[in-house]
Amino acid sequence: MTSLSAKDKEAVKTFWAKACLKAEEVGADALGRMLVVYPQTKTYFSHWKDLSPGSAPVKKHGQTVMGGVAAAVSKIDNLTAGLLSLSELHAFTLRVDPANFKILSHNILVVLAIMFPDDFTPEVHVAMDKFLAALALALSEKYR
Amino acid sequence: MVEWTEQERSIITSIFGNLDYNDVGPKALSRCLIVYPWTQRYFASFGNLYNAEAIKTNPNIAAHGTKATYAELSVLHSEKLHVDPDNFKLLADCLTIVIAAKMGSAFSPEVQATFQKFLAVVVSALGRQYH
Repeated sequence: MTSLSAKDKEAVKTFWAKACLKAEEVGADALGRMLVVYPQTKTYFSHWKDLSPGSAPVKKHGQTVMGGVAAAVSKIDNLTAGLLSLSELHAFTLRVDPANFKILSHNILVVLAIMFPDDFTPEVHVAMDKFLAALALALSEKYR
Repeated sequence: MVEWTEQERSIITSIFGNLDYNDVGPKALSRCLIVYPWTQRYFASFGNLYNAEAIKTNPNIAAHGTKATYAELSVLHSEKLHVDPDNFKLLADCLTIVIAAKMGSAFSPEVQATFQKFLAVVVSALGRQYH
C-alpha cells in the first residue's frame, strides 16, 4: 500500500489529539469486540481467565495495545524505526499472525466511529485506516 | 447453509427496522468511494467524484440502488457491472462503520458480530454467480 502523505499525517494527529483522551477506553472496547466478532483471535489469550468484553484482562491489555498506537502517532514520520522493538516482540515472542493486525485495526475504526461519530468523517477514516495499515506493516517488519 | 439463532434474527430485524435507508445508503457508499478510492472505477458515468464534497452531493450516488433477488443482483454485478467481488467486502466494512456511528453504544460487540455475519452472507450471495 501507499505511504502516508503530509495530509494524512495531519489528519491523524489532529483527530488523535481528541481521541487520545479516551485511548484506554478505545483499546479495551476494540479488543473486547475483536474477541467476540472474530473468535479465532481468542487463541492468543488462552491463558486468560475471562475473555469477555469489559473483563479485567481485556481492559488491561486493551490499554497496553492502545499505548502502542499512541506511541506510533508520535513516531508517524518513521514508523519502521520507531516500532522496531515492538516488531521484534510480535515476531519472535508473541508470534501473532500478521493477518490479525488488520482485524484489530478494523475494530479500532469501529470503536472510533462509535465514540466520535461527528469527528470520524470519511477523510479522517481514510487517514486512520492508512495509518493503522502502515503501523501493521512496521510491526510485521521483523517477521521474516 | 447458514444458521441463524432467534436472537440473531431479532438483532438484524431491529437494525433494519430502524434504518433510514436514504441516509445510511448514500453515506456508506460515499464513504467507501473516499476511503477506498479505487472503487470509483465502477461509477465513472456518475459524474464528478473527485473529492469528498462532490461525492456526497452527487445525485447519482444518492439514487443508487435497486430491488432484485440476490441471484439477479449477483449476475448483474458480474456480467454487466464487472465488479471485483473484493469490493463487496470494502463496502460491507464501510456500512459497518456507518451503522456503528449511528447506533453508538447500542452497537455492542454481540450486535456487531451478528451484523458482520449477516453482511458476510450478503457478500457471499453476491459473489455466487461469478464464473
